[in-house]
Formats: sequence, structure tokens, C-alpha cells
Amino acid sequence: MEHLFEYVIRIGDDSLILGQRLAEWCGHGPILEEDIAMTNISLDLIGQATTLLDYAAKIEGKGKNADQLAFLRFDKDYRNLLLVEQPNGDFGMTMMRQFFFDAFRKPFFEALQHSKDEQLSAIAEKSLKETRYHLKHSSEWVIRLGDGTEESHQRIQESLDALYRYTDELFYSDEVQKAMESAGIAPKMDDVRSEWNKTVDYVLNEATLKIPDNQWKFEGGRRGMHSEHLGYILADMQYMQRAYPGLEW
Amino acid sequence: MVNESVIWNYLTEVADPEIPVLTILDLGIVRKVSIEGDHVQVTITPTYSGCPAMKLIEDEIIAKLREYKIDNVDVDLVLSPAWSTDWISEEGRDKLREYGIAPPEDEVDKSVLFSEPTVVPCPKCQSRNTRMISLFGSTACKAQYQCNECLEPFDYFKCLK
Repeated sequence: MEHLFEYVIRIGDDSLILGQRLAEWCGHGPILEEDIAMTNISLDLIGQATTLLDYAAKIEGKGKNADQLAFLRFDKDYRNLLLVEQPNGDFGMTMMRQFFFDAFRKPFFEALQHSKDEQLSAIAEKSLKETRYHLKHSSEWVIRLGDGTEESHQRIQESLDALYRYTDELFYSDEVQKAMESAGIAPKMDDVRSEWNKTVDYVLNEATLKIPDNQWKFEGGRRGMHSEHLGYILADMQYMQRAYPGLEW
Repeated sequence: MVNESVIWNYLTEVADPEIPVLTILDLGIVRKVSIEGDHVQVTITPTYSGCPAMKLIEDEIIAKLREYKIDNVDVDLVLSPAWSTDWISEEGRDKLREYGIAPPEDEVDKSVLFSEPTVVPCPKCQSRNTRMISLFGSTACKAQYQCNECLEPFDYFKCLK
């Protein structure tokens, strides 16, 4: 049960933190349509996070709810990927981060639909439909910017170079992951990785972008070791519940 | 005597908060009604994970049944099977069109990353010469289009399968 809680929290925190990051674009998008697009994707992710954290709270059995997990945990209790907490940067940086994540989430949810855990399988079935749509959107932008003007190409290549080092963590494997895989609850990460590689190779090729030579990889999020950026996100996100505990609207 | 079909009938009076021209039955989000003694259980499913209208819809179902003196009501939420735009009724599709929103068109296999954009006829002049402005729109369930003939900008209720 402890492993299952940990596993569900990981998936939920990915959705929550990326949803929060995308919400920062609200009112700041480069054009109205993209402002709306990013906040729509944010809404889908926060919806997924609500269901996942609700489920995690039930597994934990301490009488908490999703809001308490989202707003009252400390940074080291978060289990999200380093990728999703990286700053938005420019629009290209946000799309590149989104693309790496969506390209992972699609095969991940496809496989999670067959999880032996009924609730995770239902969440995957629901979220997959949304994720496919997100992937279509982020892939198109990566291609448009990569294969666009000289400046857009250069800038999104820089984003790719900056973010690529966080992608290995998508397929993080440890005791929890292995236990969940052998229980038939978690998808096999090797299979998800090979699907991710296919999508990334195809889209980057269309976008005339190159995977950087520097292959140094970062990890830590799954163990609660985060970059300095997470603290700022939590300060913003948790302010109301810290200042007015139990506040509802 | 309250039976299930009476409840289903009362539910035709509950409108979707975001597209009030549709009832929640037109939208296909009511999955089950069951009665045990004087307890009524209504099961609904969200259109999108983050649909902010779900709580409101739940409250409105309870309020509507209370109007008919049915007080012992619970509304629960299921995720599977996941909602599909195929569940929008024919009548619902006509209502959408009349309201100025293009109903979902059958789209090619969603598992393909890139495909030819779907032709969405204009709800005003029925022209098939339209273009997509944005994949996303004013609510999670819509995309933005414009008609190249009559120039009307319109919402498209995107296909979700």
C-alpha cells in the first residue's frame, strides 16, 4: 500500500505542478488563442491531479483530501519530475517542455489503461483522450518554431538543449516502480521509453532540431530532491491555504 | 410513486451550465439512475477531467429533484467508461447547431499524431469552406473556427473519442 501511495503521488504531482506552471501563462500568452490553449491544458492537468491526489489520500487513509495534499505538503514531499517544475521561459521553452511531457504521457496512459488497479486504469482512460490532444498541439508548435524562421529555430533549439537533460527522469525506475511493475499496476518503463523515442525522433526531425551532444542527465524529483524552482511555485500555489487554513470558495 | 423513468424525465429539466441550450441528458453525462427505497442515486461522468461545471451540475440535480419533493438524493461521479462525444444525442446536435456551435464531426483515428484537419461545416451558412483558428476555445470542450464564406467566427464542439 505504501508503494501504491507513492506511485499515485508521483503521477498526481506531475499533473499538478505542470498545471500550475501553465496557469502562470494566464493573461500573458503571446496571442489570445495560445493564452486560452495553455490555460485549457492547465485545466485538464489540474483535473487529473484532483482525481489522482484524491485517490492517493484514500490510499493513505489519514482522512485527508486532494486539496490538503496539494496545498499543505512541503517541497521534499513532492514527487514530480524536475522537467515539469522548470520555469516557463519564452513560449518556445514552454512548448518544448510540454512536448517532452506529452510525448511521455501518451504511451504512459495508453499502457496504464491496462493497469490491474481499477481506479488508475479509469483515470488513464479519461486522461489519455486529453493527452492526445495536448500532444498534437505541442508537436505542431515544436515543428512550426523549429522549422520556422532563423530566430525561432535558434531559440527553440536552445530550449531543447536546456531541457533535454531532464528527460531521462521520465523513465525513472526504483524499488517503487519495480514493485508496481511486477504487481501489474505500473506500465513497463522500457516500453514507454521506446514509444517516447519514436515520437521525439519523428517530431524533432520534422522540426529540423537536434538532440544535444551533452548527455548529462538530471534526476531527483521522484526522491523529493528538487531544483530551486519548486519552492517558488509552492509559495505561490500554497499561499492562500497557508494564510487561511481550510479556506473554501 | 417515484420510479427511474420519472427521475430521468425530471433530469431533462437540468441544463448544462456552460452550454445552457443542452440538457445534461442531451450531453450524455448522466450514466445511471437507481432507486432503493426512498433513496435516489444519480451517476454522472465528466466531459473533461478538469471540467469546472461538475460540482454545479451535481448541485443542480439535487436542487431539481428537491423541487419534486425528492430529498434523499446522492450524485456520484464515475470516470470509466470515459465520456465520448458520441454520447451527445441527435437532438442535442441539432440544438447546438441552432445555437451557433458546430457539433462534433467524426474524426479520423485520434491515435495518429498528424492528420488532415476535419471539415467542420459552418453552423450559420452550412458552408464546408471553414478554417480552424485554434485547437482550444472558451471551454475545455470547444475549439475555434471561422467560416471563409460568411466570415462567421464560431465554436466547434470538438470530437472526443
